[in-house]
Amino acid sequence: MLSFRRLVISLTLGWLAVMVVAPHLLVLATSFMTADIQHLAVWPLSLDGYAKVFQPIYFDVFLHSLWLSAVATALCLLIGYPFAFILARQKPVWRNVLLVLMMLPFWTNSLIRTYAIKIILGKKGLVNTLLVGTGIVDEPLSLLYTEFAVIFGLVYILLPFMVLPLMASFEQLSKEYVEAARDLQANAWQRFWHIYLPLTSPGIVAGCLIVFLPAMGMFYVADLLGGSTNLLLGNVIKNQFLVVRDWPFGSAFSVTLIVMMALMLAVYYQANRLVQRKGGLDDQNL
Amino acid sequence: MTKTFKTLFVGLVFLYLYAPIAVLVVNSFNKSKYGHRWSGFSWTWYEKLLNNDTLITAFTNSLTIAVLSATAASVIGTLMALAIYRYRFRFKQTASGALFVVMMSPDIVLAITFLVLFIALGIQLGFWTLLLAHTTFCLPFVVITVYAQLKGFDAHLIEAAQDLGASERAVFWHIILPLLVPSVAASWLLSFTLSLDDVIISSFVTGPQYEVLPIRVFSMVKVGVSPEVNVLAALLLLISMVCLAVFAWFMKRKPKL
Repeated sequence: MLSFRRLVISLTLGWLAVMVVAPHLLVLATSFMTADIQHLAVWPLSLDGYAKVFQPIYFDVFLHSLWLSAVATALCLLIGYPFAFILARQKPVWRNVLLVLMMLPFWTNSLIRTYAIKIILGKKGLVNTLLVGTGIVDEPLSLLYTEFAVIFGLVYILLPFMVLPLMASFEQLSKEYVEAARDLQANAWQRFWHIYLPLTSPGIVAGCLIVFLPAMGMFYVADLLGGSTNLLLGNVIKNQFLVVRDWPFGSAFSVTLIVMMALMLAVYYQANRLVQRKGGLDDQNL
Repeated sequence: MTKTFKTLFVGLVFLYLYAPIAVLVVNSFNKSKYGHRWSGFSWTWYEKLLNNDTLITAFTNSLTIAVLSATAASVIGTLMALAIYRYRFRFKQTASGALFVVMMSPDIVLAITFLVLFIALGIQLGFWTLLLAHTTFCLPFVVITVYAQLKGFDAHLIEAAQDLGASERAVFWHIILPLLVPSVAASWLLSFTLSLDDVIISSFVTGPQYEVLPIRVFSMVKVGVSPEVNVLAALLLLISMVCLAVFAWFMKRKPKL
């Protein structure tokens, strides 16, 4: 009979090898293969997939979705940072209640929530009703199918993912530093700039990492809110895999995303080293 | 920052998070299809939903996948956390690296790796592929939660059990697992939440025989307004609140460890 220890280790390695390592290698291999309608991807090796990434029509979508993601990430950080700061300083019970309230909408599937955004941004939706009602604008604005709508949706869906790592960072920050700074007459701005910002930088990088790249993949947000001109990279990848069936091209785009992730992870480790401690998402903890 | 300002800020963020859902809930009772203005209370859309078999099936399919994958991820993830905590073995670094990659990868990348794997292996897309994919993307969150609790363990408990002749299996079943209940429960809930929320991975690994909610809803709302979706949103919110209350009560009742 297999010993318990061997069973547990084989399960761990087996599952990860089959479900994580092998599929990533398969995608990497596919990205260097030749497209074929019937067999999806065939030999010989080719760089066609990567060449297509740099074709103007696709590269423009890539750049545009980088831009949309960057703005959404910046806004998530702008809202999420003070939000996490306030939450982290609440009493544990109250903090947990607020955290659960933040996660609760997840049970209403994110596609349904994106649809909700579409409803409130419409010509007769909540946002326009408020704007016209308060006299800020005279005519209802065309908010839907714009860059604004996509960014609004991305921030809405991704904000909690920014808040969670930031909270972890704030909780690890020892109060002594802040008190010391206060004793030395540092004002609020100086405390933020010299204490909070550097010490929460791993959380900031982790949050941006969890928001920025996934934002580029959220095809359903672009589909519902962006119209035909505000596509995200996810729309291109989905289209290549499920409609056009050019798998090498779709894979090449995915590999591009993975490489970007690796670069951002390098920045994350650097930030962690700067703070000289292990961050909440560090795999050294595993 | 003054206290009023803080309260106002937190309030505004929650307004942002809940207002869109609230609009759907209100519209689910609205007689008017387009919901631009209130034209009277009605249960029409609730009846419509009950008669919409495909939507109901997609809904129960999603719940089934969420329950099963959260359970599978909790079991497998707990064992993985145990392996990483207690044992030395080859490729341990690779294993934690792989978990880290799954946690950090954008959904779209994971979705593609799963799709390519299933097609390469010739597995028919549907129930099993959804279950495998959802279980896998929940795993790192289980491992990290359970591992955090394992690290805080009193190692003497395990040593004492071993001194008394307990096997590895017995140590796990009688010492470690009972103490891990809080983190396993928390990670089950987190996995369930992530699975229910997922759109991207499901879109890639679902098949025509087993449709899940986001896929069904996507085809409904892409073209226009669909009042049944409002009802679904209201029901999902209600279910989540009830489950949360039950869960909170359960956690409170359990003796502190």
